[in-house]
Amino acid sequence: MREKRIDHAEAASEFIASTEHVEFHDRRLWDLRKKRDRESESIPEWETLRALASAIKEHTLTHLADYLEEFERNAVRNGAKVHWAVDAQAHNDIVFDILRTRDARTLVKAKSMLTEECEMRPFLEKRGIQVIETDLAERIQQLDDEPPSHIVVPSVHKLRQDVAQVFGRTIGTDPNNSDPHYLAESQRRNTRPYFLEADAGMTGANFAVAETGSIVVCTNEGNADLSVNVPPLYIASVGIEKLVPRLEHLAVYIRMLSRSALGSPITQYTSHFRAPRPGTEMHIVLVDNGRSERLGMAEFWTSLKCIRCGACMNTCPVYRRSGGLSYGATYSGPIGVIIDPTFNLRKYSNLPFASTLNGSCTNVCPVKINIHDQIYKWRQVIAERGQLPFVKKQALQAAGKVLASPKLYRAAVEGVHVAAEHLPRFMVYSRFNAWGRSRDVPAAPPQTFRQWYLNNRGSQ
Amino acid sequence: MKVALFVPCFIDAFFPEVGIATLELLERLGCEVIYPLDQTCCGQPLGNSGCEAEAAGAEALFVRNFAGFEYIVSPSGSCTHHVRNHLTAIEQTETVKQVRGSVYELVEFLHDVLQVDAFPWAEFPHKIGLHNGCGTLRALRTATTSEIDEPFFSKPMRLLSKIKGIEFVTPSRPDECCGFGGTFSLFEEPVSAKMGYDKVTDHKNAGAEYIVSADSSCLMHQKGCAERLGLDLRFIHVAQILNGARE
Repeated sequence: MREKRIDHAEAASEFIASTEHVEFHDRRLWDLRKKRDRESESIPEWETLRALASAIKEHTLTHLADYLEEFERNAVRNGAKVHWAVDAQAHNDIVFDILRTRDARTLVKAKSMLTEECEMRPFLEKRGIQVIETDLAERIQQLDDEPPSHIVVPSVHKLRQDVAQVFGRTIGTDPNNSDPHYLAESQRRNTRPYFLEADAGMTGANFAVAETGSIVVCTNEGNADLSVNVPPLYIASVGIEKLVPRLEHLAVYIRMLSRSALGSPITQYTSHFRAPRPGTEMHIVLVDNGRSERLGMAEFWTSLKCIRCGACMNTCPVYRRSGGLSYGATYSGPIGVIIDPTFNLRKYSNLPFASTLNGSCTNVCPVKINIHDQIYKWRQVIAERGQLPFVKKQALQAAGKVLASPKLYRAAVEGVHVAAEHLPRFMVYSRFNAWGRSRDVPAAPPQTFRQWYLNNRGSQ
Repeated sequence: MKVALFVPCFIDAFFPEVGIATLELLERLGCEVIYPLDQTCCGQPLGNSGCEAEAAGAEALFVRNFAGFEYIVSPSGSCTHHVRNHLTAIEQTETVKQVRGSVYELVEFLHDVLQVDAFPWAEFPHKIGLHNGCGTLRALRTATTSEIDEPFFSKPMRLLSKIKGIEFVTPSRPDECCGFGGTFSLFEEPVSAKMGYDKVTDHKNAGAEYIVSADSSCLMHQKGCAERLGLDLRFIHVAQILNGARE
C-alpha cells in the first residue's frame, strides 16, 4: 500500500489555530537562536570553525569505509562488540537479539534520533521488552505517545500545562500543578528506579571517534551516563555518518554543538564511552539505513555532515510557526526537509515546499550544509519524478506556456485589469482563493507598466 | 550609460508605479534606459515550484530580450537572484552566461555600479522599517545578516540614509523572512499569513510608518497582512523613495 503524502500545510494550520502554543513555540525557539548568536559572536574564529567542521566531515564522508573499519578495529580492541545494520529492520533485529539472548526485559535509554528513525521502541515493546526513555522531554513524548517534535528539545511544542496533564494522566502527578520544578522532579523520581532495575542501557551517539573506537554522547541531564554505567549491558546505536577521524577533530565539534543548539558554551556532560566495565558488555550497532545511498547523491550527500544541533530548526520561521509534528517525519525543520525524501520520496514530497527558501538555515549551520539550495534542488527532483500534485503540475505547465509567450502573457496580465479582484490565474490555481483567506488582495492599477511605457515613452 | 530595464511580471501587472520610479530614477541619473517590449517573466515562480523544465520557454525568451546589454537592471531582488543563480533550465551558451552576469538588482546597481552618493530631489520625512527580501539579502548579499558576525553593511540603508528627513526604526527581528516565498504564500497559506502578521506587527511596534523594501512581492504580501489586521502601515518600494516620492 502506498503511504499517504504528508500534508504539512494542513497540519501546520492546526498548530497555528492554538495562538498560545504557536506564540510560545516561536518565542522559545527564537530565544535559542538569539542565544546561539551571542555564543557564536563570542568566538572570533566562529566562521573559521564552521569551515573546519565542514571540511573534516567532508573528508570523513569521502573516506567513510576506511574510518568505519578503523573505528571497528579500535572498538573491538577496547572490548566492545561491533554490529553492522544495513537498515532499520536489521538494527532492531540486532538489538532485540542482544537483549533476548541475555534474557534482558527492561531497557533504559537516553535520547537517540536514530532509534526514533528505526522505530525501535514499538518494535521492542511488541516483543515484550519494556523501554524507558529517561531524558525529561523524551519521556514526556513517550508518555504522551507522540514522537519528538524537535531533535534537541523534543517536547518544545508543549506548554507546561500540557506536560502537567500528561504526567497527571500517566505518572500520577497533580494535573493542575504546572510548576516546572515540580514536573521535572516528579519525572526524575519516577524514572530513577528504572536505572537500578534495568537489564540493559542504551544511548545514541553524537560522535564516534575512529582513532579511539569510542562513542561520544553530549547531554545535559546525565541520563546517558546512568544508562551506560548502571546496567550490566550497554548498547550504542550509531549512524555511520557520526564518525570523526581523531580526538583533535572532535574538539572542533564540541566547541560548536551546544553553542549552535542551545546557545550554551558546552553541554553539562560530554561522555566518552570506550570500553565495557569489568564484567559487563558493550555493543555498538553501526547503522546505514539509507545513508550510503544518500552518500551517492551528487546534490544531497553533504546533508550527512549534519551534527543534529537543531540550529536550522530554531532559526526557521516556517518551523517555528508550524511545529515539528506537522512534518510527519522523524526529522523536521530544514534538515528534515532535505533528509526525509531520501526515506520515502512520495510520502515526504510536500516537505521541500514547506520553506520560503530564505536561507537563514544555511547561515546558522555549523557544518555549512547548503540547506536551502538542497531544498530548491529537491523540488526539482520531486517534480521530475512525477510527485507534484496533478493540479499544481498542470497549472505550472500552463503558466510556463503563458510566460514563454509575450502575446499570451499580455493577454493574461492586461486581463487582470478587467477582472480586477483577482491575481493572475496562474497565481491562484491551487486552493480556492488561498491568497485572500488571510490577506487583502492588492487593488489592480488602471494600466500595466508596459501600457504606461507605451503611452509615455512609446515614441522612442 | 545604456541600461536595459527588466520589470518583473507582478510589478508590470500590480505595481507599475515601481517600474515607473525605477525608469525615471535611472534617467535622472543619466542612464539611457531601454525597455524590451516583449519581456514577460524570468521563470522564477516555475523554478521555485520545482518545474525548472517548464521555465525553459520563459528563460529563453528572457535571454532573447536582454542579450547584448552590459547592464540589465531590475527593481526586484528575488528575480535578479533567479536570473543570476538559477536560470539553468536552458543550455548555458555564451549569450546566456553573458545575460546572467549582467543583471543587477536596482540597489546594487546604484550602490556598486553608479555609486550614487546623493538624491537631492528626494525627501521622505517618515519613520521607516527597512525590509530586505531574503533572496536580496542572503543570495545577492546587499547587506549583512544577523546569523553571521561580520562588519555591518547595508547597501539599501546606505542609499536611503542619503534621503532628507528619513528615519529608520529597528524591528526586533530585522531580517526574519516575512513569509511571502512565491508560491509558498499559496500552498502554505496559514504559515505564510502568520509570518506576515508577525512581520508587520514587529515593524509597527518598532514605530514604523512605512515598510520599505527593494522587493515588491514581499511588500504585496505584507500589505495584505497589515490591511487584514487593520494596522495603519504604508508600503513603498525603495525606487519610489529614491526617485523623490512624497506622500
